[in-house]
Amino acid sequence: MLGAASWSPLFEPGFFSSEPVHVALAVGAIAAIVSGIVGVFTVIRGQSFAGHALSDIGTAGGSAAFLVGASTLYGFVAFNVVAAAVMELIGIRKPRGRDLATGIVLGASLGLAALFLYEGTISSSTTGATVNVLFGSIFTLPPGITTVIAVLGAASVALIAVLYRPLLLSSVSYELAAARGVPVRLVGAGYLLALALAVSMSAVTIGAILSTALLIGPAAIALRLAIRTGVAIFLAAAVGVFACWAGTLIAYDSTVWAGGNGWPVSFCIVAVIFVLYFASGVVARLRADRRRTTTGEQPAVTTPVEVG
Amino acid sequence: MFASFMMNAWEAATIVAIVAGVVGFFTVLRGAAFAAHALPNGAFAGAAGAFLIGANTIVGLGVFSLAGAGMIAGLGRRARSDVATALTIVLMLALGDLFLSRTSEYAPEIFALLFGEILGVSTSKLWPTIAIAAVCIVAVAVLYRPLMLSSVSPDVAEARGINPRVMDLAFLVVVALVTTMAVPVVGSLLIFSLLIGPAGAARSFTNRPPVAMGLSVVFALVTVWVAIAVSYETNLPIGFFVGAISAFAYTVGRTWTAWSGRRSRRGGDRATLADPADLADQGTAHAGAESG
Repeated sequence: MLGAASWSPLFEPGFFSSEPVHVALAVGAIAAIVSGIVGVFTVIRGQSFAGHALSDIGTAGGSAAFLVGASTLYGFVAFNVVAAAVMELIGIRKPRGRDLATGIVLGASLGLAALFLYEGTISSSTTGATVNVLFGSIFTLPPGITTVIAVLGAASVALIAVLYRPLLLSSVSYELAAARGVPVRLVGAGYLLALALAVSMSAVTIGAILSTALLIGPAAIALRLAIRTGVAIFLAAAVGVFACWAGTLIAYDSTVWAGGNGWPVSFCIVAVIFVLYFASGVVARLRADRRRTTTGEQPAVTTPVEVG
Repeated sequence: MFASFMMNAWEAATIVAIVAGVVGFFTVLRGAAFAAHALPNGAFAGAAGAFLIGANTIVGLGVFSLAGAGMIAGLGRRARSDVATALTIVLMLALGDLFLSRTSEYAPEIFALLFGEILGVSTSKLWPTIAIAAVCIVAVAVLYRPLMLSSVSPDVAEARGINPRVMDLAFLVVVALVTTMAVPVVGSLLIFSLLIGPAGAARSFTNRPPVAMGLSVVFALVTVWVAIAVSYETNLPIGFFVGAISAFAYTVGRTWTAWSGRRSRRGGDRATLADPADLADQGTAHAGAESG
């Protein structure tokens, strides 16, 4: 344990001994690592919309499960896997058409969610469920959830690991991968399944906002800084965990200076991600300038694809 | 169904559908589905902020959706547009979360902003909707030619002195205005479905832009009218019917394209709709047309 006394200006009392904080830090770290790994491919493939949409689409499954009294998490996961399959079946490769197909699936799912939530609010007359599904709350997670989401996250990462080479090739150059005999559609479907698992896991526990924030933010930061994809994946996971923990700490500490009513964790984590995003832009630009002055050449294209 | 208390709902829905049909045509053409989702969804932060400081909801929605449009365009200079949009919606939603945490009274109204309260539209709410709708239509009419050219063929547009970034920002500002107009009356979910469903279906049936835009408006009108009627009869949320009808229309459109494409191929002449997904490539046939 860190010397709590020397850190006391930074950590408000109780941060290290509070059970909800332990769960929040563990769940946040798992979500951040899985999202960082999957997110690098999301950004390279230009599928941010699908990544964000799944966090909303699952709401329909979650609210349906809520309606019949089943587990919200399993409803969320089941619905997202089906939605990912539908997106893949529509099968459009150009980003424009693909985003439209994603949007249609999202619109239909949100319509279903409206229906289920409406039925749900008639029976229990509360809008708390809507708000909870939308924002999540990292500080109110049951301790047992850690195991379940660790399994889901591991499944998602394992899928990425199995697909790694063909996925990377088909993400960077679809035509080249197809020419080399990579089953690009199968790989794409496998990737969407991994994305659906990762997003369901994070959206249910930490909410739709943080799910997208941790999927896209750290990956975009890492891809600005790292040249090799493998390095970018590690960097994205590390940035995600840092942002998550730093944001949780700020939110915890904020109860003191905000007079009892602390700032929401989602806002604090997103704020940290934005600071890092702009810092990474400055670092990348400085690095490009230095390379230009030392070698006296025009800056070469360093990344295989222009991202981040 | 046509009782006097329903008239405002019919009028609001009709206005929103006409504007959504027109702007939706460009949304689909530019592949801006993500922005069409992000601005209406994120703009609720503006409503929450306005509530917090005691300002008008429409002002809050307007300020935040315009700021969001600027942010997507600004971040998009150094990042891919989908990443820029994702970061923007995340920041807007997080700010909304922050504003909501400062008050304990606002929560039920989120439900209304997400799913709309079209049956509760008052006449005083109708006037801003009409005014902003008129601004949107005029803006699209003024921007029509440069926006069309830069959507279909960015390279040609740039060669003719049309700055693609300016067009991008101009289009996002129009989406922001649509957001401000539509979210208070129909909710963010409904306007999103109306922006992409009817227009997505329309362009499956025709290659000619003015016809596609007209069809898009017709489909949007049919969608909301049927949705209101069925919702009135069944007492279920309108958002569900709009989402379902939009998805149905899109599916019919895709099926029609696939079917007519196969038929014309069999008939001997090469199908003009080689890829039903991208009308933009039809006119220009050069591969660099994607990305904004």
